Amino acid sequence: MRPQIMKIFENMRNDNALSIQSAKKNGLKVVGMFCAYAPQELVLAAGAIPVSLCGTRHEPIAAAEKVLPRNLCPLIKSSFGFALTDTCPYFRASDFIIAETTCDGKKKMFELLGEIKPVHVMHLPQGTDRNGALQWWLEELYLLKVRLEENLGVTISTDNLRSAIKVCNRERKALKELHELNRHDPAPMTGLDMLTTIFVKGFNVDKEEGTALINQLAEEVRDIAARGISPFANGAPRILLTGCPVGIGSEKVVRLLEECGGSVVCFESCSGIKVMEYLVDEDEHRDPMEAIAERYLRIPCSCMSPNKGRLELLGRLIDDYRVDGVVDLTWQACHTYIVEDELVRRYVRDNFGLPYLQLETDYSTSDIEQLKTRISAFLEMLSGSCSS
Amino acid sequence: MITVGIDVGSSTTKAVLLNGSDWCWVIRPTGCSPRQAGREALEELLGRAGLKREEVTCMVGTGYGRISLPFIDKAVTEITCHARGAHHLLQGIDMVVDIGGQDSKVILTDGQGNVVDFAMNDKCAAGTGRFLEVIAAALGADVSELADLARGAEPVQISSMCTVFAESEVISLLAQGVEKGRIIAGIHRAVALRVATMAERLGKGELILFTGGVAKNEGVREYLSRELGRKAVVTPESQLAGALGAALLAREKAGLSRRERGC
Repeated sequence: MRPQIMKIFENMRNDNALSIQSAKKNGLKVVGMFCAYAPQELVLAAGAIPVSLCGTRHEPIAAAEKVLPRNLCPLIKSSFGFALTDTCPYFRASDFIIAETTCDGKKKMFELLGEIKPVHVMHLPQGTDRNGALQWWLEELYLLKVRLEENLGVTISTDNLRSAIKVCNRERKALKELHELNRHDPAPMTGLDMLTTIFVKGFNVDKEEGTALINQLAEEVRDIAARGISPFANGAPRILLTGCPVGIGSEKVVRLLEECGGSVVCFESCSGIKVMEYLVDEDEHRDPMEAIAERYLRIPCSCMSPNKGRLELLGRLIDDYRVDGVVDLTWQACHTYIVEDELVRRYVRDNFGLPYLQLETDYSTSDIEQLKTRISAFLEMLSGSCSS
Repeated sequence: MITVGIDVGSSTTKAVLLNGSDWCWVIRPTGCSPRQAGREALEELLGRAGLKREEVTCMVGTGYGRISLPFIDKAVTEITCHARGAHHLLQGIDMVVDIGGQDSKVILTDGQGNVVDFAMNDKCAAGTGRFLEVIAAALGADVSELADLARGAEPVQISSMCTVFAESEVISLLAQGVEKGRIIAGIHRAVALRVATMAERLGKGELILFTGGVAKNEGVREYLSRELGRKAVVTPESQLAGALGAALLAREKAGLSRRERGC
């Protein structure tokens, strides 16, 4: 049984494109962001609408390859291709863009993107285990604040920051509560529906409304779970998906995992748990900028060295969601995630003895059959060769 | 109980009929229609065994063409089937190295025919049977002659594993006057090295069965044993491991209760 409200989420990316346009007509500013490190609180406190620009579709890649090298990750090419071809309504609506130095490919692409729109690139520290890392990031946040104020012609007040922190925390808590409903065995919601819900939150015009809708969905899913209903067959292997970000358009591995009989119960990626797990400290006695800086630096991305937080998080999720296997999805030429795969593989094997599958692919459909063989074989391995 | 396993590979289709401890098989080229190849292999197999379709209790399809077989009861991946078939061919094996027409894979098993881990090549045909065919054509030879041509030759270094680039590398080596046998030996070693690297990542197997069409090539076989540091065993039925595994799985499946097996 599929939650009724999923229909709204399914159409949200398109519906909200229209809402964004009317919001702009009413004088609201739009700020585009590429990654989970972009501090949304600052954008909200500036009275602007934060939207996600991370490219998840294959279509604009060919156009991007006229400028960028082919052997670059599809996420970078897709993001840049949308900008080049002017086919993303959210990119078009953006008055200002926040980017980060997460990886070499992205930071150089952003230089080219700056020729199309005003882009501010935040410099992330290389890791979080040095004394100066937090201070560095805090200064980057202050610099972003100045740039936002200049570009949008506003002043970001401490009061507005504090209320933006609360708004973002509420959204994170709502998403996490929903995601945790798939701790139920069998899972009440498909991974694909979960991914859709998380994905479209990046296109909300009004975060409070979006959060209310997520809470409404959670209510429905809670009821489905309570009745013991599940979209999966009994004993469907429970999968944790980790690795590179996935969105609608680049969901082929999630789709294949579930078509072949698996149940994706947990997304450990910046399109999943990583955006919900960590809250900004709401303590009124603290400097809100410092609290925001602290929260974002906790995100365990493979661009950080070392990135022990990812392993700790994975360990917790494997237990909490009682998973049967771990799938690490890496986009071609995403060096940090592909290299880190070895550490994740060892961690999962040595500490949990769980079956582990690494998949390296892009956004195209050319390897669907090969992926299907790997995924089916993995699921056959998990469920005993006769019940796949 | 009589069961059938059909392995529709990219270049050949293998079918095995299992009746108690007896089994018979057919091997035929897949051609351009995997569905037709599967059907014809089945008909030929039934003809050879003197049996009717209705006398077969359960049929399992495998290989890349498994999805195009309308008459099977169940499709199982070649990875699971190879592990099961290899265990039947050689008790106690814990690793299968399979190099087929368009892919190569290494399967680590628990010694009982169950998959523990596996690795497969990417979507290209580097280091597979197709790769050997292309190289053979560039050298004006048939793929079945490669092992004889390379016997005893000192292998030349082949740096590219891409089918397209390796072909041009071979042509330039020929232009430089390098002896054919040395080039082929180099190609054999390169194929073995590539799959051995894959095996290395999974962990070392103690008893390794080498399957797939390329296992018939003695040159690749020798280099593979050398690179793996232990003998890669080949049995006369190596090429049938997938189809045999499918027939064995069909038997296990038919042995389950009707409700559970759903076939």
